[in-house]
Order: sequence, then C-alpha cells, then structure tokens
Amino acid sequence: MLTILFDGVAYGMLLFVLACGLSVTLGLMNFINLAHGAFAMAGGYCTVILVNRIGIPFALGLPIAFLVTALIGGLFERTLYVHVYARDHLDQVLFTIGLVFMSVAAVDYTMGSSQQFVQIPEALQGQFNVFGVGMGKYRLLIIVVCGLLTVSLQLILAKTRFGSRLRAAVDDQRVARGLGINVGAVFAVTFAFGSGLAGLGGALGAEILGLDPTFPLKYMIYFLIVVTVGGTSSITGPFLASILLGIADVAGKYYVPKLGAFVIYAIMIAVLIWRPQGLFARATAR
Amino acid sequence: MTVNTLNAKNLAAPAANVSAYLKSRARWSPFEIAFWVFAFATIWLFPGKHLILKDTAILALFALSLDLILGYAGIISLGQAAFFGLAGYFAGLVAKYGIVNEPVVALVLSGVVAAALGFATSFLVLRGSDLTRLMVTLGVSLMLGEVANRYSNITGGADGLQGVDIEPLFGRFRFDLYGHNGYVYCLSVLFVCFVIVRRIVYSPFGLSLRAVKGNPLRAAAIGIPVKWRLVAIYTVSAGIAGIAGALLTQTTAFCSLDVFSLERSADLLLVLIIGGTGYLYGGLIGAVIYKFLQDWIANLTPQYWQFWIGLVLVVLVLIGRDRMRNWIGTVRGAVAGVGVRLLPRSITLGGAAPDGP
Repeated sequence: MLTILFDGVAYGMLLFVLACGLSVTLGLMNFINLAHGAFAMAGGYCTVILVNRIGIPFALGLPIAFLVTALIGGLFERTLYVHVYARDHLDQVLFTIGLVFMSVAAVDYTMGSSQQFVQIPEALQGQFNVFGVGMGKYRLLIIVVCGLLTVSLQLILAKTRFGSRLRAAVDDQRVARGLGINVGAVFAVTFAFGSGLAGLGGALGAEILGLDPTFPLKYMIYFLIVVTVGGTSSITGPFLASILLGIADVAGKYYVPKLGAFVIYAIMIAVLIWRPQGLFARATAR
Repeated sequence: MTVNTLNAKNLAAPAANVSAYLKSRARWSPFEIAFWVFAFATIWLFPGKHLILKDTAILALFALSLDLILGYAGIISLGQAAFFGLAGYFAGLVAKYGIVNEPVVALVLSGVVAAALGFATSFLVLRGSDLTRLMVTLGVSLMLGEVANRYSNITGGADGLQGVDIEPLFGRFRFDLYGHNGYVYCLSVLFVCFVIVRRIVYSPFGLSLRAVKGNPLRAAAIGIPVKWRLVAIYTVSAGIAGIAGALLTQTTAFCSLDVFSLERSADLLLVLIIGGTGYLYGGLIGAVIYKFLQDWIANLTPQYWQFWIGLVLVVLVLIGRDRMRNWIGTVRGAVAGVGVRLLPRSITLGGAAPDGP
C-alpha cells in the first residue's frame, strides 16, 4: 500500500518536471503546445546516446541532456514557434501535432523503433527497506531530484526579478509589455528552460516510463491532463495535479489493471466539467 | 447583411429580399454539379482504383462531419474518432450476430447510435475554452478505446473484431474484394449525406450557426439559442461521423481498436485543413488530396510517411491557412467567372435549385 503511494509520488514528481514547462507556455502565451513530449523524448534519447554509446557517467549525462534539450527548445522557439503565437488555437494544434509526427518518424528512422533503456549505475539499483516499505533507490533519487527542482522553481518564481517579470507577463501580458518588460525575451528563456526540464524529465523517466519513438504521443495526454486539471496560473496547481495523477495512475494499474487508463480519463473529464479552468486555478478575469 | 438600412423601408420588402438572397445562395452552382458528375464518373473511369477511392469516400464523409462542427460552429475537436469507432463496432457486432442483416438499415442504425453518443457528450463541449474542449473530446474517444480494449471478449480487443459477415446489399450486391460494389455504395451514401448536410447548412439554422461561430455573445443577444444550436449540430455531426465509421466496417468486414486512436482524429484535422473549412467541399477535396498524397508517399517510404505528413502540417500552418484559402478563392472565382460566361445563367441554374427557402 505505502509502496504504491511511494511509487505514485515518484511518478507524479516526474510528470511534474515533464509538464511544468508546458504549463508556463500555455499560461503565458495561451499557446497549446502538443509537441512538448517531443522535447522530453529528445532528452531521453540524448541520455541514451551519451550514457550507453559514448559511456559518459549517468550523473553527467543528465545535465547535458537538460542543456541540449533547452538549446533545441530555444532554437525551435526562435525559428518556428514565434510565428504561430498570434494564430488561433486550431493552427497551433495543427502545427504542434505536425511537429510530433515529424519527431516520431525522425527518431524511428535514426534510432529504430524498439524500446531503449538507459544504463543506470549499479549504486542506484535495488531497494531500501524502511519500516517494511520497499523503496526503489532509483525512485528515491527521482523524488529527491524533482523535489529539489520544484523548490528551486518556486523560489525562482517567487523571489527573483525574472520570476516576478514572468508572473507579471502571465497575469496580464499587455500591461506587462506596457511596463517595459520584454515579454518575448522572457518567453523565449522560459520556453527553452521548460523544454530543458522536459528533456531532463525524459532522461530521468526513461527507466520508468519507457522510451520509444511513440513517446510524445503516448504521454501527450498525460501532460495535458496535468496542465488542464492543475490550471496554468501557478506552479502549485500543476504540481498537486501531477502528484494526484501519478498516485491515481499507479494505484489504478495495481488494483484494476484491466481498466487501465479509463479511470484517469474519466476523472479528467469529471474535473473539467466541474471546474473548466482547472482544479486549483484562481478565478481569472480573462 | 444590410438589415439596418432596409428597416427604414416597409417591412415586407426586406423579408422578401432576405429570402431571395438565401435562395440564391443555396442554388447548386455549375461547379458543384460538375464535381458530382465527375465523382460518379470515376466509377467507370478508374475501375482499378476502386479500393483507394472507396477509402477516400469514407474519409471525405468523416471530414464532412468535422467540417460541420469546426467550420460552421467553431468547435475544435480531437474526438471525432469516438463516434466513428463506436458506430464502426456497432455495425460490426450487429452484422456478426445477425441482428440486422440489411446493410443500409444497419448503417442508419449505427448513425443513430453515434448521434445518441454525440447528444450525450455535446453537453461536455459547451463549457470551457478551446483547450478544455480538446481535452474532453479526446478524453471521450480514448475512454471508448479503453472500454473496447477491456471487453475484448466482445470486441476482439487488440486483434480486432473478426468473423464479421456482411450480407449482400439489398439482398443482391455482395461486397467484393476489389471494392467495386463497396465504392458505389460509399459514394452514394456520401452523396446522400452531403445533400442533407448542404440543406442544413444553407437553412436559417445553418446561418444561425455561422452567427454563433462569429460571436456567441451577440448571437445570443439577437435571440439565437446558442446552447441548443450547438447541441443540435454536434449531434448531427456525430451521426455522420458514425455513418462513416459503419461504412468502413461494412466494406472491410473488419474493425480494430485503432478506429479510436488519436492519429485518426489528427489526420482528419489535416484532411480538413488541406481542403479548407466552412464551405463543405473542403473535406471532400482534402480527402482526395490526402489519400493520394499518402498513397504516393507510402510508396516512396513505407515506414516514414508520417514524417512527411507532419511536414505538410507544419508548412501549411507557417504559410498560413488564410493565404491558401485566398489562392483557392482566386482560382475558384476565376473558374466560376469563366463558367458563367460560357453558360447562359437561366439554363444552368434554373433546374437545379432545391425546393423551398
């Protein structure tokens, strides 16, 4: 029972790191980015290449995966995404689905369609046993890393100058622009950072989520659930939503394995009917 | 329309004006007639291509259903596959257990079942933003997919529904391997559905939908019951998507879990975008282009055709759909102009106007 809770929390933390970039892009630019999972996949495959083929230590592979994905994200943002912000939602959906299709086929072409595994160091394999609760070492690492990331994200948002600019831009873009905040630049940095986090999440999660070319399609719906259920106005909303989703998914797979994802979708629809703005969203004026 | 300026005059004249305007809009243009004549001529022109043509007709019908809610009511949906799949399985099961043997009756029943699901879920898409709608529609189709997977003793699960034996059409025409009868059947159904949809779209009801799409608040202010109009059109659209799904099952005698997949809904959006939304022929033209593009690319690179489809989507959006539509509009305008000049108006248009306003 507690083991399921533990696994669920680890899974939820992972989902949060994967999806928080998406939440910011959606809240800031009102931009529906279905291709977010593609960046996560890029991070995962980057780690696979670095760790398995070149033999760089796992601990070094993670930050490199972050940097590489952030770089790719920033590049895409400046060259492609920038043209689509002002379009309507239909265009955005089409554009990003197109990117997903391309990334799936491209990875299939270069890396093959089989599932990839990252070789994690032996020190991280196996389990602790604390008061009769089995805790996987690797999952513990995920909780620690993601927990640290969450705290630092919250600190950056709440305490730094950049954070207050970002919050101002999310709250009211036009006024923020009027106050002399360069919203475009803030957004580009945030997009790159969010993509980098997704890449890091993909790298960390390759072990748990599985990594194959259909990754962006498979997990797109999960990221979107986190964002829609959590709301886009704060960072705590998506965080709580992803923890809930993680626990519900692990518990669902354990207790009612045949129903699979049915429970998740049903809960999502119920929540969206009940609170269309998201479960933890403030009442917004927009 | 210029209702304001007309109000100054007496009240009977504007009403007559409006109804004359609506009638003139609803006339079948020579362009449309030529389109359908050519469509039916393909039965004899390309007998070797009937299989792909049949798939194209089904896709066109499916795209037509999406055009109704996207192009005319402005609802973005990633969940049309739910209706397509539900009716597909329904048609398959009904035929497999011999409950309804006549394909046409089964087809209509499948459409009704899908429409019922559409009615039930339409209340879910009335609330929330575009993203919420996307998530809810997608969620519904994924849920159905999970249910179909769960009850694999009925649906066949991942292996698909097998052992479906479709009775001959009207007791005479059996669906053959080469898709000859299947194509004629699908094309006829497509045409009938198209005529119905066209009638709906050009009716006052259709006009009110356009008003809702343009600005729901103002539409409500001039007395249009926005909610019920959306519910109605969503139900109709679901029914047509269901008929498309049932056609696929009937002509292939097979139904698998991928009818519910996200890719199916996403491809459908692409089809509609290629052809353009909001003028009915978008889905049809888009389906033809898409199918032959897919066929051609799949021949070049069988495994990676998805990449090129994705590229088409990205390029389409970057160029801008509006610009594309302007090009198409220019071409259409030019062709229509030529057509009008060549053919005297009274002859070409008089006989083809539908009855009533």
